[in-house]
Amino acid sequence: MEKIYERTKLIQADKVSGFCPGCMHSTIGKLIGEALEELGVLEKTFLITGIGCCGLHIDYVRCDNTTAAHGRACAVATGMKRSRPDSIYITYQGDGDLASIGLAETMHAANRGENITVIFVNNGIYGMTGGQMAPTTLVGMKATTAPKGRDPKEHGYPMHMCEILNQLTAPYYLERCSCNNPKNLMQTKRAIKKAIQNQIDGKGFSMVEIVTSCPTNWGMSAMDALDFLEDNMLKEFPLGVVRDRSKEE
Amino acid sequence: MARVLMKGTEAIAEAAVRSGLRFFAGYPITPQNEIPEYLARRLPEVGGHFVQGESEIASVNMVYGAGCAGERAMTSSASTGISLKSEGISYCAAARIPMVYVNVSRGGPGVGTIQPSQMDYLQATKASGNGGFRMRVFSPSTVQEAVDMTYKAFDYADQDRNPVLILSDGVVGTMMEPVELPPMRTDEELAAIRESKKAWAGIGHPFDVPRSWNQPGIWDTLKWEQQNKDNAALYESWVPEVETLDLEDAELVIAAYGISARIAKAAIKALRAEGYKVGMIRPKTVSPYPYAAYDEINYDTCKAVLDVEMAIPALHLWDVEKGVKDRCPIETCLRSGGIVIQKREIIAAAKKILG
Amino acid sequence: METNILVAGFGGQGVMTIGKFLASAACDATDKYITFFPSYGAEQRGGTANCYVVISDEEIGSPMTDEMDDMIVMNGASLNKFLPMLRTGGRLFVNSSIVKEEIGRSDITVVKAPVTDMALELGNSKVLNIIMMGVYLGYTEVLPVDVVWSTIEHKLGKKPALLPLNRMAFEQGLQIGRAERA
Repeated sequence: MEKIYERTKLIQADKVSGFCPGCMHSTIGKLIGEALEELGVLEKTFLITGIGCCGLHIDYVRCDNTTAAHGRACAVATGMKRSRPDSIYITYQGDGDLASIGLAETMHAANRGENITVIFVNNGIYGMTGGQMAPTTLVGMKATTAPKGRDPKEHGYPMHMCEILNQLTAPYYLERCSCNNPKNLMQTKRAIKKAIQNQIDGKGFSMVEIVTSCPTNWGMSAMDALDFLEDNMLKEFPLGVVRDRSKEE
Repeated sequence: MARVLMKGTEAIAEAAVRSGLRFFAGYPITPQNEIPEYLARRLPEVGGHFVQGESEIASVNMVYGAGCAGERAMTSSASTGISLKSEGISYCAAARIPMVYVNVSRGGPGVGTIQPSQMDYLQATKASGNGGFRMRVFSPSTVQEAVDMTYKAFDYADQDRNPVLILSDGVVGTMMEPVELPPMRTDEELAAIRESKKAWAGIGHPFDVPRSWNQPGIWDTLKWEQQNKDNAALYESWVPEVETLDLEDAELVIAAYGISARIAKAAIKALRAEGYKVGMIRPKTVSPYPYAAYDEINYDTCKAVLDVEMAIPALHLWDVEKGVKDRCPIETCLRSGGIVIQKREIIAAAKKILG
Repeated sequence: METNILVAGFGGQGVMTIGKFLASAACDATDKYITFFPSYGAEQRGGTANCYVVISDEEIGSPMTDEMDDMIVMNGASLNKFLPMLRTGGRLFVNSSIVKEEIGRSDITVVKAPVTDMALELGNSKVLNIIMMGVYLGYTEVLPVDVVWSTIEHKLGKKPALLPLNRMAFEQGLQIGRAERA
């Protein structure tokens, strides 16, 4: 029988993911692996994971990796890529990591136009630490540190990282995607592949923001979480290309 | 090799480049600004990289990245900036990533003063970040020593896969002295160093060899305990470096490191000329600390050990006490706040003890 | 033999340059131990500036003691601040264009030179420090004059057009220093 599908070589063959049901981290890991394989750079790739659930990937991937200190993934990637420009450096960060504690590192790596690929997983909540409010938590959405829901008077509003980075001149490519249905999933893969291709071509800073769900900390079933994502998250975080300098060339 | 007059900070930077430094990230803070300024000019000349980080924290994490990728990497700062770097230093120690950093220390605590001080002793030697790791910490008394220590710091960092600290101060950092610079490591030597790190360096590996896995932590508590045991064994293997002077007949032994030690040395010379029997213990590594040097003191003749340092409260004193082990009294001669201790103050303190 | 020198004045008077040139010349011409220590403050401009130079046959303890052998003072504020640090028998070199205060000590040697006025007469106020270096060396002979001049030449290498002016300034200073010594 002809083999028409094979698991990406990025993921260790004997590993079963420990991510919660309905979590999209494992899906994104698969997409990154497929993109790297198709581009032929899997074996010269280094993964820099952020703190939190993102870091669980280190147990599943076969590629070289480190866990950066909370929020510092873009700084770590800066040091690595400058030192070894022939290798591929991908950061993999959540919303608390990239947009809160690591905001400075993210902004400045983007502003320097570092030739790295940033995968930003935005589920609007802190996962591993247990459902605390994130910079991307929706207004009214409950969190363990905002028990009455996010109140703009007290907590401000969700931060839109693609749009914030779009204020800078240097970033090359910024796109927001999701994995909530097959169509969006395929687009996410195309975006990841493009962001890695940009690094191979030396184009500079590329970030793919992926809006995902966290059924566990949202307090929903996986299916309800998908609906919530579609009806609420994507209203706040509209999908699409925010910046693509290749269109200007 | 001809001697050249160089400022401490610039001499440290040049020694680092000659030792193979090819990545530096740092953030401005007085009195160490000449290190990043010098390297911003110098590193591109040798194919290296300089990045002015957006913060101390970002800078040290860039160095974590470069070190993880197998490059000889360094950052520098002063006192309050070093506190910010402690996050990345601890991560390097945890993930066993080699790196060198320099503290041109100033008056503390807090923002303190920008003038020279030795207030960071305990931070430098006992707890440079969370988690109980240790480092080799070199404390130069002269610009030449700063050069020599920096040059070999990179070798120790690679050998141990651990951070190494050059604990300098505002005097050694800002003064100029004649130095002889060590030879520039050749491209071949540097290529060999990179090759030696290839097995663990974060550069991407073919999947038929083990992956590089530079993790500053793991889920498995038993494995992590084992790593802590391995680290502890490494720390135990280090040999301290020390200079001792006239301990055999000493009626007073001065214990001092770094800038205080060179001033104390001049005081001892003056005291000896007047017939006072004064000896000296000068740790060159303050971690590991040369406790054994205190066993060489003749406690039958020695009336006291005088701890001389630019710190109030006394901090080096903690280690002096551990070395002396109650075998004689310990006195102190201290200045702080950015004031450089004077030779005559040390002489007066010594005479007070010796009568 | 150890000589402790303090140079002090306004920022912008070339105080650090005097110290650095002396230290460089000593490094180039001798095998002695040398330190140059700039006292540093937070201001970028307009503060007082001072630096310490030690030239010694033996290892140097502190590069900034509070007991000086020689002192070069370029303004009144520095005189008031540092004069108590000059040891008995010490030598004081004063910019008499600006420092009008009574020195008030009989246990030291005082050499006065109106270096600000002289520099203005030469047409460039900036060379006052080179004149003062000449005065100091002419009087003390702490270093060979030709060595110091070649250090100045080397340091001014990027601006050769300024060399004749500096040479004249240096010579005028030397004359004052030598005359005072005689």
